[in-house]
Formats: sequence, C-alpha cells, structure tokens
Amino acid sequence: MPDLNFRPIWRYQDQLVEGVLTTLLLTAVATIAGLVIGIAGAVLIRSGPKPVRWLLRIYIEIIRNTPVLVQIFIIYFVLPSFGLKMTPIQAACVALSIYFGAYAIEIIRSGLDSIPKSQIEAGMCLGITRMQVLRHVILPPALRNIYPSVTSQFVLLLLGTSIASQVSADELFHVAGFIDSRTYRSFEVYTLICLIYFGLVISFKLAFAALGRLAFRWPVRR
Amino acid sequence: MRSFTVSDFLTIVTALKWTFLLVGIALACGGPLALLLALMRSGTARLPRWLATGFLELVQGMPLLGLLMFFYFGMPVFLGINVPAIVAVGIAYTVYTAAFLGEIWRGGIQAIKHTQWEAAACLGITRWQQFRYVIAPQAFRIALPATVGFLVQLIKNTSLASVVGFVELARAGQIVNAGTFRPLLVYSIVAAIYFVICFPLTTWSRTLEARFNGAR
Repeated sequence: MPDLNFRPIWRYQDQLVEGVLTTLLLTAVATIAGLVIGIAGAVLIRSGPKPVRWLLRIYIEIIRNTPVLVQIFIIYFVLPSFGLKMTPIQAACVALSIYFGAYAIEIIRSGLDSIPKSQIEAGMCLGITRMQVLRHVILPPALRNIYPSVTSQFVLLLLGTSIASQVSADELFHVAGFIDSRTYRSFEVYTLICLIYFGLVISFKLAFAALGRLAFRWPVRR
Repeated sequence: MRSFTVSDFLTIVTALKWTFLLVGIALACGGPLALLLALMRSGTARLPRWLATGFLELVQGMPLLGLLMFFYFGMPVFLGINVPAIVAVGIAYTVYTAAFLGEIWRGGIQAIKHTQWEAAACLGITRWQQFRYVIAPQAFRIALPATVGFLVQLIKNTSLASVVGFVELARAGQIVNAGTFRPLLVYSIVAAIYFVICFPLTTWSRTLEARFNGAR
C-alpha cells in the first residue's frame, strides 16, 4: 500500500476555500433562479393558456430525461455559435438554473395540488381576500408538504454543481483537478474533496431539519 | 476539421452498449446490496441500523463524480495493483446505486404496517419468509415508481463515467465533437438518445404512481 500524504495539499487551502465559495455561489444562484422558474411555472401549468402549458411540459420532460452533463455542454459549447458568449461560471449558472427550475415546477405544482379545493373554498367563505387565502390557507400546508422534496432536491443540486467542473468552472471539484495536477496526490485530493462535500451536505441537512421543526410546528391530523 | 458522417453517428450509437453495461453492473451488484441495506435500516438491531445509516448518509452526501474519482484513484491504493477502469467505475456505480435504492426500498418496507409482520409471525414462518412472502410483495408495489425513477437517474448519471475516460454515450459525443466540431448537432443527438431511453421510463413511473395512488 503506497503511503498516503495529505501534506502537499495544505498549500492549496486558499484555492479550496475559494472553490467551496464558488460551489455555494453556483448553488445559491441556481436555487433562487430555479425557485422563481418553479413558482411561475407551477402557476402557469395549473392555470395558464394551453400552448404555454404544453411548452412547459416539453421543457420539463426534456430537462428531466437528459443528463445535466449534456445540458451544460449544449449551453457552454452551442450558445456561443449564436453569438452568446459566456464564461464557464455563467454557463454553469444558466444550465443549473434551467435544470433546477424543471424539478422545482414539478415539486411546487404537487404542493399546490395537495391542497383540496374544499379547503380553498372554506377559506373564501371566511370573507377574506384572495391574497389572504393564499397566505394563510394555501401556503402553510403546501410549503409543509413540499419542504422535504425541496430540501432533498437542494442537496442533489449542491452535489450536482460538481458537474460544472467539466466546462472548467472554478468550483470545488475543478479545484480538486487543479491541485491533483500540481501535487499528483490524486487519491488524497479526491478523498478530501468528498469529505468537504459531505461536510457541506450534512450541515445543510441539519440546518434544514432544525428550520423545518421551527417553521412547521403545528400538529398534523392523520 | 471533417464533416459529420454516418460513421460518427454509429460511433455514438455503439457507445450505448457501454452505457447499458454500466447500468447492468450497477443494478446487478448494487441491487442486492441495496436490499441488505434496506433490511438493516428497517430492522430492530441497533448496530446494523447505525452502520447502514452511516453508509447511506456518507454516500448520499458525496457527488457521484467524487465517488468515481475516489474509486478510480483509490483501487490501486486499496489493492496495490492497477485495475481496469471498468472495475473502478463499476464499483463506484454499485455503491451509488446501493445507497439510493437502499433508501427507496427502506421507505417501501417501512410503509408496511407493523401488524403485517406480526400477522405473518403468527403463521409460524421464519423471519425471512415473513419478509419474502408477506412484506416484500406489498413493499415492492409501493417502491416500484420511485425505483423506476431512480433507474432514470442512473441512466443519466452514467454520463459522468466519461470523466475517467470511460467511453460511454456522453464521452463518444465528446470525441465525435472534437473531430467534427459540430457541438449543436452532436450534443443534440446524444441528448435525443438519452431522452428516447429515459422518457418511456419516466412515463411508466408516473403511470405506476397514479395507479398506486388510485388504489389507495
């Protein structure tokens, strides 16, 4: 068994920290943009005009049935030939937002669908405005229903940002490749990188669990 | 630069067999492991439950790309010998499949009420027989839509094996693109092939889910 030597990697702390920050930035941008797509898409797919609904369905099916890797390649390598030049980070942000958006539409739609019509009608009967019905009657239970799916999809997105390294966006996984090429300690580098991702994921999972307990404290009737 | 010819198209299509081989290895080796993990996690014995939970959390907290690199560079470290890429890649996908299917199947098993186990125990059959003939058939129905859904994820994610130079569908696309430099054409073909395979499975998974929800 060859000796393991993690020491040469420590010289690249700064790059590692920057890689983590870029990974978090990519995740944050894709999450926010994806959720905006998701909310707008879910509303449109439920009550928009027919052609719009069709287009959204096609968008969702294409994104969900092709690999993210190929999606990133198409956005990074194909769009420049239409005059849209992007840096790797920008291309990754666009691709991951489009990707996350497709899943977000499905999740948010299922959350809205999970509220029975009678509950909305009951809210209307109270004589409150439509906004108030949305705010107090629909959103709380809908958010609670989709919370587990959203958070687990977020974790998959965080891990999925590593694919951006394939168009050489400077996120954590790409930093790993850089350190590997400098130190030739491939195994040590990738072990460390895996553990960093694991640390990020566990922190987010714990934070989401705590947040969920705080935000959704009211009891459920089963 | 040369133009895109039929032989380029064939290069891409024939690479499909490596994609399917990876999926086959992942299911054949990862499936039994997933069943074991699911049983360990839904069982009452503490140590196996903790071990399985730890394994699942660990694997699900790492990017698949990381797993691929870990085993690709790790096999020589663990075994002291160089192994062919297919072995390292196969192990990475096995571990990945075991973790995700294990979690899905645990959900299926735990969705079955405990009274079913007790009723089966009353018949005087062994614990394995209780699982095999009473719990598993019901859990299978519940877990099937998600299992098919995972299969789609697995097929799409075999594209990541390209990073260690394994020539499957996505990698074949990259190679052809490097020669012809027609990214739009090449990657559209690659994406279309993935779509043709995955879309029917996604539709099937949705039908199964609707049927199950209707039956409830």
